[in-house]
Amino acid sequence: MSEEQVDRGRRHFLLVATTVTGVIGAGLTAVPFLASWKPSARAQALGAPVDADVSKLELGAIIKVNWRGQAIFIVRRTPEMLATLTSPAVIDSLRDPESAESEQPDYAKNDSRALKPEYLVLVGVCTHLGCAPLDRFKPQDAELGATWPGGFYCPCHGSKFDLAGRVFKDVPAPTNLRVPPYRFLNEGVIQIGADSEVAS
Amino acid sequence: MSAAETNKGSRLSALVGWIDARFPMTRMMKEHASEYYAPKNFNFWYYFGSLALVVLVLQIVTGIFLTMNYKPSAAEAFASVEYIMRDVEWGWLIRYLHSTGASAFFIVVYLHMFRGIMYGSYKNPRELVWIFGMLIYLCLMAEAFFGYLLPWGNMSYWGAQVIVSLFGAIPGIGESLVEWIRGDYYISDITLNRFFALHVVALPIALIFLVIAHILALHEVGSNNPDGVEIKKLKGPDGHPVDGIPFHPYYTVKDLVGFVVFAALFSCVLFFAPEMGGYFLEHANFEPANALQTPEHIAPVWYFTPFYAILRAVPDKLLGVILMGVAVVAFFFIPWLDRSKVKSVRYRGWLYRAFLIVFAISFVALGYLGLQPATPGYTIAARIFAILYFAFFLLMPWYTRADQTRPVPERVTYDAH
Repeated sequence: MSEEQVDRGRRHFLLVATTVTGVIGAGLTAVPFLASWKPSARAQALGAPVDADVSKLELGAIIKVNWRGQAIFIVRRTPEMLATLTSPAVIDSLRDPESAESEQPDYAKNDSRALKPEYLVLVGVCTHLGCAPLDRFKPQDAELGATWPGGFYCPCHGSKFDLAGRVFKDVPAPTNLRVPPYRFLNEGVIQIGADSEVAS
Repeated sequence: MSAAETNKGSRLSALVGWIDARFPMTRMMKEHASEYYAPKNFNFWYYFGSLALVVLVLQIVTGIFLTMNYKPSAAEAFASVEYIMRDVEWGWLIRYLHSTGASAFFIVVYLHMFRGIMYGSYKNPRELVWIFGMLIYLCLMAEAFFGYLLPWGNMSYWGAQVIVSLFGAIPGIGESLVEWIRGDYYISDITLNRFFALHVVALPIALIFLVIAHILALHEVGSNNPDGVEIKKLKGPDGHPVDGIPFHPYYTVKDLVGFVVFAALFSCVLFFAPEMGGYFLEHANFEPANALQTPEHIAPVWYFTPFYAILRAVPDKLLGVILMGVAVVAFFFIPWLDRSKVKSVRYRGWLYRAFLIVFAISFVALGYLGLQPATPGYTIAARIFAILYFAFFLLMPWYTRADQTRPVPERVTYDAH
């Protein structure tokens, strides 16, 4: 075949077209493999809502329930505890007092970060790197200093949160503790994982 | 010599000839061993490359035998490790070989990397040797991280929880990325199962390929040496570098001595302190994983702690994660950050030496701090050492140029014994 008969433009076009098609094909083949890493149908089913009985929870006490493998903290706050949430000294030392950059359902985006101020429901997972914060509800804790209003303390990297799970300044955690979706099935039972229809 | 023996000898060479006509056996042996000319002035620091290869083989062999009794499920993993330790004949030895081998791997690799930095082994024309080496190091870190979840102890669990959460710091896609990695809403049986697959299949394959690439690239350009002199520049009448000696038998025999000393030290840890006081196997890992209870104090295994200390030292989550990543990735750029005319620390000035010493001290200090609780005093110290750590990389283009270097000799310095 002589040189003139070779259509170089067409040859180049075919080369590019086959290469592009091949690369797209290989890319699409990767989709099922990558998608297989997403939570399976079983994992999703096991992540269904759970009920917590709070009818016997005493004032100032905490219970922890397991939802999707995470500890959910439910605290029945006393009036004294609730009073600390609006104290100017506390609010001044918080990073996100209005919960503007934090994760919570709309009905929990208020001063007490709760549907009913008395019951605080939080995901007990530090927003820094996922450790479990400890409850340090007593004010003026020996370890946490005279200005400590009571709240949660993460032992891993020293993040501190107030009694509504709001993060203090100058700690590694970037945002307030998350509030999961939840609703009251009746006076004494909280269902975690299902949103409340009550408008805030 | 009897006729039978001659006959035997010629039969053997006939077999070799038969193979060589079909597979480059003799050629490869010559190229990579008996006619691979390495500089004759290798010192103590040059043991760690071959030792790393030995530890890799150890980890692969012990790993294969561990999988024969280990069960990668949340319900059975912890008990199956205890089963290996108590009921399987010699199971304790195989498991301790593997766990001690993991720490030994990092000790050897850190020393190997420090050697490379000290003698400028990453400089032209060995940039790709260095990059393959760094990829091996990344693979090794991933391998160690995935492997640490497998015993399903409480520290395994929370260590994985913390490290996987790092990806959550990425704006926008962070949370769904974390969910994708875990395959669940928390570190669960599903996560354990996939980490097992990565640890025993995917990463070892990648590791072996990278090690081959590392050695092929090295043999293409030739080894550096403590003087940083290119031995290929001066060749004898036989066409071989005058300062080079065949890798086999000279360095195979030398490395064998190094291996014996290493094996003795390794055995001391293996038989007398396999947990190394909680540094090689952490105490919190002797209780099963518990999603609802964080250990009092989470610290990664010692070989990750320099980077962990940097992560903790930064008060901002995303910035902390980025800086920790940069602390690892910075090594990749050393070949281009170093503007010095000379390779080896032997012919560099005190400016460079000071930076190198401060860097080595910072790395060890950060490693120590990463093991300690995050008290305010320790956090300040970690910040200072993190700054010194990054200064080594960031200021490298400046101080390697400003440095007063000394003339490099034509040939390697070598005292015949």
